[in-house]
Amino acid sequence: MDFEVIFSYMPLYIEAFLLTIKIGWIGIAISIGIGIVLAFVLHFKIPFVSQIAKIYVEVFRNTPLLVQLFFIYFGLPKIGLSISAQACGAVGLGLLGGSYMTESFRSGLEAVSPSQTESALALGMTRAQLFQSVILPQACSLSVPAIVANVIFLLKETSVFSAISLMDLMFTAKDLIGLYYNTTECLFLLVIFYIIMLLPVSVLGSMVEKKARVRMFGA
Amino acid sequence: MGFEVLLKGNNMIRLLEGLGVALKISLISVSFSIVLGIILGMLMTLKNHVINVITRVYLEIVRIMPQMVLLFIVYFGATKAMGINISAETSAVIVFSFWGTAEMADLVRGSLISIPTIQYESSMALGLNRLQTYIYVIIPQIVRRMIPLSINLITRMIKTTSLVMMIGIVEVLKVGQQIIEANRKSSPNAAFGVFATILILYFIACWPISCLSKYLEKKWEN
Repeated sequence: MDFEVIFSYMPLYIEAFLLTIKIGWIGIAISIGIGIVLAFVLHFKIPFVSQIAKIYVEVFRNTPLLVQLFFIYFGLPKIGLSISAQACGAVGLGLLGGSYMTESFRSGLEAVSPSQTESALALGMTRAQLFQSVILPQACSLSVPAIVANVIFLLKETSVFSAISLMDLMFTAKDLIGLYYNTTECLFLLVIFYIIMLLPVSVLGSMVEKKARVRMFGA
Repeated sequence: MGFEVLLKGNNMIRLLEGLGVALKISLISVSFSIVLGIILGMLMTLKNHVINVITRVYLEIVRIMPQMVLLFIVYFGATKAMGINISAETSAVIVFSFWGTAEMADLVRGSLISIPTIQYESSMALGLNRLQTYIYVIIPQIVRRMIPLSINLITRMIKTTSLVMMIGIVEVLKVGQQIIEANRKSSPNAAFGVFATILILYFIACWPISCLSKYLEKKWEN
């Protein structure tokens, strides 16, 4: 292990790290947005839209991100829909994550027991009140563990971006290995940067999960 | 649209063979993962501090390291650092088994500790010995909880094996790229058709398995 090499590569890795984080979190934001909207669509069984949502969820849950990205980045331009690599990464991750998030939010909504709805209605709450102060708070805490798992999964999936020549961590590592053949140093830095990216999320996620559980059973 | 490329020569057959390579790697890895995962999951329920610490670290590594990074470490790193030469297929199987074992062990541990102690006590009260308790009471319940989840692991494994292309294994995506390159002049729109087909092929491979897993989960819910 040559530490001089490591220090000289550091700026390149930091740049790639920032790009990976940026696109990763944009993708996650998109996926949460899609997830919330589609979970409501599926929960209230809005005709036609919910059928499309179901097909979308099944297709994206059952195909790998790498294939989806190839299709979006190389396939779609052939029929006149071309986007930049960065946008493609964010959109691809967002669409993949959206299908996972939809399932998590929906199962959270469905896990609130029907007796709660009935009791709230018996107390004379309106539909809006019922939804706002009975179902939604419980559904949110119920879906927290799944959402944390999804966020970690999506951040890990960002490593696939290198395949569409986005200058992310993986791409930088591969590039440097190819150029200078310092395999050990490059892989060491790669691991370190992924730990910096994911360990805080993992630890914070466990803490949030514990908080959500306390709120669920305590209050 | 570029679909016509697939009808030329034996392009479609090559594509299917490529999918076969990916499926083979994922099935071998899943078999390893299930066997090793069950053993590790059982070890994790023992209250041994050393085992607990080691498995916690192992699970955390798998939880936060992208599979692609692990692939690179095993395929490129091991060769450079230790001088051992592992073939691409073998390193893919090693990495995916390493990942799958952790997932499986966590599932096994989860379902083992979800059996309340009252069941062991009741079986003892009924006069069953330890072996009978396991055979008639505990294992049937665990199996019902585990089978849907392990089937789910298969689909995730199939999806993850698409990454092996990045270490130079010729599987369905690589074959697709070759077909596109070879027909660049005659059908410039091949990229759309070929990648759409690959997307559909993966969907056909994974969707029935996901449906089966969902169906079994619902059926055995109670």
